[in-house]
Amino acid sequence: MINKAQREVLVDPLVDNNPITLQILGICSALAVTSSLKTALLMAIALTTVLAFSNASISSIRNHVPSNIRIIVQMTIIASLVIVVDQVLRAYAYDTAKQLSVFVGLIITNCIVMGRAEAYAMKNGVGMSFLDGIGNGLGYSLLLIVVAFFRELFGSGTLYGYEVMKLVKNGGWYEPNGLMLLPPSAFFIIGLLIWGIRVWKPAQVEQPDFKIHEQHGH
Amino acid sequence: MEAALSLFFKAVFVENMALTFFLGMCTFIAISKKISTAIGLGIAVLVVQVITVPANNLILNVFLKENALLEGVDLRFLGLISYIGVIAAMVQILEMFLDKFVPALYNALGVFLPLITVNCAILGGSLFMVERDYTFGESVVYGFGSGFGWALAIVALAGVREKLKYSDVPQGLQGLGIIFITVGLMSLGFMAFSGIQL
Repeated sequence: MINKAQREVLVDPLVDNNPITLQILGICSALAVTSSLKTALLMAIALTTVLAFSNASISSIRNHVPSNIRIIVQMTIIASLVIVVDQVLRAYAYDTAKQLSVFVGLIITNCIVMGRAEAYAMKNGVGMSFLDGIGNGLGYSLLLIVVAFFRELFGSGTLYGYEVMKLVKNGGWYEPNGLMLLPPSAFFIIGLLIWGIRVWKPAQVEQPDFKIHEQHGH
Repeated sequence: MEAALSLFFKAVFVENMALTFFLGMCTFIAISKKISTAIGLGIAVLVVQVITVPANNLILNVFLKENALLEGVDLRFLGLISYIGVIAAMVQILEMFLDKFVPALYNALGVFLPLITVNCAILGGSLFMVERDYTFGESVVYGFGSGFGWALAIVALAGVREKLKYSDVPQGLQGLGIIFITVGLMSLGFMAFSGIQL
């Protein structure tokens, strides 16, 4: 039913070729919406949808678009899809959409969408491009959810709005770490996650620009 | 005047585009290896931001707002596509203009100019302008302030990274990892401005 190439396209972006930690794509929204699991989850779904459908539609017209106007065509397709997602969110999840504020609109300029359109959808068939979109969307979602998990758990002692660690002000024992809800913590968590992944998969380690000379004779 | 000044400082320091809203992160991290290129990109973003935020403000007020174009017609759902269209067109016009009249700056900016179209800080600036209902005057100040704040942040990061390449970083943290930690520390520094009331 699902062959090896299809599975690779789907699973590869999860860790081995993660859009955020390795391809450096789509970092903006990854950081901004992760202060709670709910917004992160909604954002992940929105982005995966846009990515899959934009990949599929761009791939289906790839042989008919002259290459010098392709960016504008891609932009238009992506922007229309984002408008659809934005309107749906406003209709069915108004409160969370309000919290996401400008970041739904910013999916348009999310480099994952443009990056995958350029790098994959322009060269491959519709079905595979759709799967590539889902795969990269899942890789993005995975990272988003991991970061949001830590930020919400330690920042407000809750998970998806449910109290996991009872707060001091509610008569419990956990004093929430306010830093986790502030922007810097997102940078730290992603930095540490990248470190973790690269210890696990040493092939992803970058070569240093300069090598510090080893000292001998001590 | 006082209100404008306060808006400007808020846009530069308290609500820094890169360090508090994470906008334009991809270019922020990819193109901050050298101070000179960072300055070029920073200026390009500043120029585009100053033009596009007020331009989109006009588009919003003249065409898209409820009852603006036709009585009883609300075209705000077309917002996203028109803003990105304006941004793409502006960047293209700016590129042609610089190529013709200021070739020195054009050569210095090089490939960064077209890249700015997909910089989220630019679209983000316009979207914040819409969300906060700025007037035309405020949007000029906000465009300048947010562009300047972004430029300031990328130049600062480039300065840190030029020194950082001589330091001995743990293996797995090299490259992307240590940059994130550095940006996190910078962002922590900028948090100190959040208490400022003007």
